[in-house]
Amino acid sequence: MGKDIINNYLKIKETSHQRLKDAGYFDRIKIQVGSATCENASGAQDVYTEFEKMVKASGRSDILLHMTGCTGHCSSEPIVGVFIPGDIPVKYGHVTPQKAFEIFTSHVQGNGGPVVDMILDKKTDRLYNHEFVFCGQGTKCGDKSDKVAQAFKEKIKQLGMEETIKVASGVCFGVCNDMNNTSATACYVFPERVFYGNITEADLDEIIEQHIKNNTIVKRLVVKLDRVNNHFFEHYGDVEYFNHQLRLTLKNCGVIDPESIEEYIHFGGFEALANSLQNDSPQAIIDKIRISGLRGRGGGGYPTATKWANTRNAKGDRKFIICNADEGDPGAFMDRSMLEGDPFSVIEGMIIGGYSISSERGFIYIRAEYPLAIERLENAIKLARENGFLGENILGSGYSFDIELRLGAGAFVCGEETALIHSIEGMRGMPRPRPPYPSQKGLWGYPTMINNVETLANVPVILLNGPEWFASVGTEGSKGTKVFALAGKINQTGLVEVPMGTTLRDIIFKNGGGIKDGKKFKAVQTGGPSGGCLPESYLDTIVDYDSLNKAGSIMGSGGMIVLSEDDCMVDIAKFFLEFTQNESCGKCTPCREGTKRMLEILEKITAGLGTMEDLDKLERLGSVIRKASLCGLGQTAPNPVLSTLRHFRDEYETHVKDKKCPAGRCKKLLKYEIIAEKCVGCTACARRCPVQCISGSPKQVHVIDQSRCIKCGMCFEACKFDAVKFN
Amino acid sequence: MSDTYTITPEIEAFIEECKGKEFSKSYLIAVLHKIQAKYGFLPNNLMEEVAIRMEIPTSKVYGVATFYHMFTLVPEGKHIVNICLGTACYVKGAEQVLNSLKNSLKIDLNQTTEDGLFTLKATRCIGTCGLAPVVMVDEKVYSNVTPDDVPVIIAKYKNK
Ligand SMILES: Cc1cc2nc3c(=O)[nH]c(=O)nc-3n(C[C@H](O)[C@H](O)[C@H](O)COP(=O)(O)O)c2cc1C
Ligand code: SF4
Ligand code: SF4
Ligand code: SF4
Ligand code: FES
Repeated sequence: MGKDIINNYLKIKETSHQRLKDAGYFDRIKIQVGSATCENASGAQDVYTEFEKMVKASGRSDILLHMTGCTGHCSSEPIVGVFIPGDIPVKYGHVTPQKAFEIFTSHVQGNGGPVVDMILDKKTDRLYNHEFVFCGQGTKCGDKSDKVAQAFKEKIKQLGMEETIKVASGVCFGVCNDMNNTSATACYVFPERVFYGNITEADLDEIIEQHIKNNTIVKRLVVKLDRVNNHFFEHYGDVEYFNHQLRLTLKNCGVIDPESIEEYIHFGGFEALANSLQNDSPQAIIDKIRISGLRGRGGGGYPTATKWANTRNAKGDRKFIICNADEGDPGAFMDRSMLEGDPFSVIEGMIIGGYSISSERGFIYIRAEYPLAIERLENAIKLARENGFLGENILGSGYSFDIELRLGAGAFVCGEETALIHSIEGMRGMPRPRPPYPSQKGLWGYPTMINNVETLANVPVILLNGPEWFASVGTEGSKGTKVFALAGKINQTGLVEVPMGTTLRDIIFKNGGGIKDGKKFKAVQTGGPSGGCLPESYLDTIVDYDSLNKAGSIMGSGGMIVLSEDDCMVDIAKFFLEFTQNESCGKCTPCREGTKRMLEILEKITAGLGTMEDLDKLERLGSVIRKASLCGLGQTAPNPVLSTLRHFRDEYETHVKDKKCPAGRCKKLLKYEIIAEKCVGCTACARRCPVQCISGSPKQVHVIDQSRCIKCGMCFEACKFDAVKFN
Repeated sequence: MSDTYTITPEIEAFIEECKGKEFSKSYLIAVLHKIQAKYGFLPNNLMEEVAIRMEIPTSKVYGVATFYHMFTLVPEGKHIVNICLGTACYVKGAEQVLNSLKNSLKIDLNQTTEDGLFTLKATRCIGTCGLAPVVMVDEKVYSNVTPDDVPVIIAKYKNK
């Protein structure tokens, strides 16, 4: 067999590179516009069309309009990046077709430079002579990096250079392991784009003298590492939202065109696969995954290597691998963004997984609610086949493997592995008891390995950068990074990828920019319908599988809903229970009936009819359902209720004892009233009231008939004189 | 009446293609998706037809069709208005938007307007939680929707 595989890969890489070159990918000015479900919903398509027109009208052939997936910075979409060869890219947020015009004339055509007002973070390194970005969120650098950065800041201040020198802290550079001095940190410098490692406070003066005053690089400190983050700023520009992340699985999202296999290959795509096929036995790959410490990102956190080994060792004429892209947790969208922005990574991870268990056929089970992700996956599979990465005799290795898409049809329980298998088999998606586990008896009775999208996307990252390096990121029991989907009452909604071990506080306040409208933080919900709510006193909990479990919640798949003082915890618990009750497949009684009873009790409480015994009943019922249910859906369904009972019991008690909902969310406990002194009789409320229960003649004080009021809140919204109050 | 719903040549070709594959019965859900994409719902006679062609008991076809939320057994309006009631949308005020939708369309969830133009449905998350609350009309996603936006959105589809 010899060295054919790598050579075959290199040949493909070369022709692929040539195709990019011919398209002017490397030397043209790039205007990057996101295209993903979220980007499109924000109007990215109109922006794209606008740029298209302008590029055409300008007659310039040195401008390339480049489509990418989304960067995960939802709250600032549509995002447009302008890449002028040799410059650090500039990223613009909230771009409209009108603004596109300004960006095009001023920045792209070079009539006035970047449009500073529209730049994300409203800053650009061009305003400073130098910018020093220190490692900020590493699990190892952590505090001491802050100390060095702080000391540096002090010095700059003393020298009166704050106007020209910027000191910032950003991402973990992922070089923690190469640092031999335990009090050292690392920093990246603009615009020179050099990377200093092993810096301690003792080195700072030299940096100031040499780098800042003499404009020469301190060679002694320069480290050169071809790691993911070395090119970080070249892709993302200097935007705080991205700087605070360690993007390993999201490294290509918002960077490459998800419909171009050439670009994926350009960024190292399929190299891990070629290396594995050339140099590693299936067992050797499993060993590497074991060393990396990777655990399943689908929610359970099961050690990936163990699952792979179990399936490999199981007896069966043939084996299957399934990628679970059902992403049913409402409020989570990591997998969607990954599949829309970088479908090839998942496919590559899957081929490697397939090889390691000697499987010839894989399935991606994806929810039908994600049409764009389906389209991109179909395209990616086709391109991978055409380029020899899927199909017969991959890269001349003798190994054959192919992937097929299977669509869900809207059933949350189908994310559960045994239900998912039934669904692929074309049946009702009902779970079955385990054991036997799918690794023994899965699809059509054959050993089957099921992995989540993000788990698989981690595989090429691990193999390319080395399992030991991967294991150096994160905490003792949870290695690597985790992608979280920030949503709810948070300023910057979107996706963030951070090292395991980051605190909830950092994620919510640093990555997410804090609570919306200056409100007070109340709780963060992690793990979706299977998870729990954590209060303020738990904000310093670090995110890893074990810490979140201990705190009474779970990591789950990465959904993170932030709640503010305006949210009612009883209402939220009820919301989740309604969800699970609705999605219960009905196969076993504890889940089917138990969740219904729990929901009834919660409805009673939110209607002001609850008793203190009801709270105990909820706890008792919850623990029975947990123990007696057949599948994970039922076993975790009580979690949102139990965790809110544990951390927010007083709120339940206020509903029960005082018949009040402090947040004003539980409608039945609300009372709308018109304040006579303020009412001017404009009739606005009466016209809006859907049940016509407000009476009064024009210019007279209006009155609400409480017995007919359905508490819809329309009158409150309609009144321009603050005359309607509630509670 | 039932002959308005037929297995079109495309659907027929798809069924034949599936039948030629290994584990052919596992493509039932894919076939149902195709029919629903064509007619907007699963007509009774076609489910029976599928059962015969794919050699799957009719009861099983019905079982699958009723298990999955996305399949509907009754005809729907020309435009499907889907409001997301997922967690992110819920905490960002999806209920008020839903009320506004009900008022504007004068129907309840899972009902169709008299003129057959709109069906109001709820979905659990379409993955754009960062832009919550969201409403999806057919394939188009509207983000950060307020109750006041609703009449404007609906009006766009009235003349189409
Ligand atoms: C009700 C329920 C829903 C689930 N939904 C998903 C899902 O949407 N995506 C997912 O990857 N795993 C989901 N899981 C977990 C899967 O059963 C399975 O553990 C996982 O896909 C394994 O992949 P991993 O080891 O890579 O995490 C769900 C589990 C349960 C009980
Ligand atoms: S626990 Fe619930 S979802 Fe799971 S099998 Fe039982 S009834 Fe079905
Ligand atoms: S809350 Fe609604 S139903 Fe009650 S009075 Fe106001 S508008 Fe009418
Ligand atoms: S809208 Fe306000 S001011 Fe006008 S009639 Fe109603 S309560 Fe009075
Ligand atoms: S919760 Fe509405 S889009 Fe996710």
